[in-house]
Amino acid sequence: MTSVLFDAPGPRTRARHRLYAILTTAALVALVIAGIFFLDSKGELSYDLWEPFVTPDYVSAIAEGLWQTLQMAFLSIIFAVVYGLVFGVGKMSDHAVARWPSLLVVEFFRAVPVLLLMVFIFFTWGVGADGIGPYWSVVIALTLYNGSVLAEVFRAGILAIPKGQSEAAYSIGMRKTQVMTSILLPQAIKIMLPAIISQCVVALKDTALGMYIIAPGLTYIGRQVWTEFGNQFQTAVVLATLYIAVNLVLTVVATWLQRKLVGERKPLDVGMTSIVVANESTQAPR
Amino acid sequence: MEDVLSNFDLVLRAFWLTVQLAALSGVVALVLGTLLAAMRVGPVAILRGAASTYVTLVRNTPLLIVCVFVFVAAPNLGLFIGTPFLIKGVVAVSLYTAPFVAESLRSGVNAVHLGQAEAARAIGMTFGQNMRYVVLPQAFRASVPPLTSTFIAMTKNTSVVAVFGLMEATARMRWFVNRNADETMYMFLVFAFGYIVLVELISLAGFGLERRWRAAR
Repeated sequence: MTSVLFDAPGPRTRARHRLYAILTTAALVALVIAGIFFLDSKGELSYDLWEPFVTPDYVSAIAEGLWQTLQMAFLSIIFAVVYGLVFGVGKMSDHAVARWPSLLVVEFFRAVPVLLLMVFIFFTWGVGADGIGPYWSVVIALTLYNGSVLAEVFRAGILAIPKGQSEAAYSIGMRKTQVMTSILLPQAIKIMLPAIISQCVVALKDTALGMYIIAPGLTYIGRQVWTEFGNQFQTAVVLATLYIAVNLVLTVVATWLQRKLVGERKPLDVGMTSIVVANESTQAPR
Repeated sequence: MEDVLSNFDLVLRAFWLTVQLAALSGVVALVLGTLLAAMRVGPVAILRGAASTYVTLVRNTPLLIVCVFVFVAAPNLGLFIGTPFLIKGVVAVSLYTAPFVAESLRSGVNAVHLGQAEAARAIGMTFGQNMRYVVLPQAFRASVPPLTSTFIAMTKNTSVVAVFGLMEATARMRWFVNRNADETMYMFLVFAFGYIVLVELISLAGFGLERRWRAAR
């Protein structure tokens, strides 16, 4: 392996690396064994504490929670795509009347923590008999946040289309709307799709925040399970496994789409505020 | 409205806690993230595998679940008993942020062209010189924008510890909103403004660093 950091290793270096590899493996195995012994010594591996997760009634309750979590994430991404399209295109408008409000709205919702937004929406419109309830408070908060991130993604995707495309369209007499809807957006969608799927991961992770406003979903069920059985650790492990499994599936889909639709080019990425121009393909935690 | 104004010291104290959380977690996450990044770009395959497993697992776990481990599950295992909440919050947030820091740093290293290091070796630079004068300066420069994004996201993420009883800005807003149900908009704007100031400050710092280190390529 050649890297910018070091040359291809020679025989002595390779021998040293083998030694490191053996030592590390030993250390990691020891760590895992120590971890298992530690958990065992605390009685955390006893069957009673794991039993709820193989009991059909609780499994179906957890599945129900997972389903609601997925619903919330899915709904908010659908709404966020619409919202992001409107504001992303709005940010690129030629008219200052449309541009400035879009810019302000997008910047605002990207800078405010989702949880703050969620609490505000819930306590303003969510509570009471005629309120929208915690479920929709989560969906709306996630829509506003992810939509604002997607607005940036859409803008970056449209700007990534070579200028010749829109110039050619204008020169054959298309209008601005036509250029956007029949030339730029269809091509931009290809670049944006992987980024939208990756945003699903963010939305899914953020549904867990619903716990603060007692929204339905995995964390709600999880809390009920651990208050009943006192198996906080086991519940956390199960919840984390479920989230990781779903997110890995989404990541695989995003990577596949990226390879199929975009090829070798770097995935779209946008910075957290308009001041920073992110140019590297890392995803910030959102 | 009067409630917030007359209790403004509570608002400031809440944001001070947010700043403390963000600053401490930032330092810890930077250290952990650098270690992870070093493991991921290093020559030992096992370390690369271990680091990327950690990165994959934690990046796909919600911060709230990480917090459940630290705040709710750990005391059951006899860990973190009697630890101040601030420390627990820092542990959770920095464990969660470290993989993102590692990825930012790694992307910085990957942004340096192979030819740069090869040229340095060709003119006889040692490994140390190569790192010091050629690779790391370029790698740091390239990782400033993603690191800035990571730290902004982390600052916003400190709000999650509100769920577990830390009276930082988000929890304080909930407290105010609970007391005055008909003035929520005003309170939301006050707290949102606080977060926006923090975010823009980090953003400006990142931009400043980027401009200062900018070099002709």
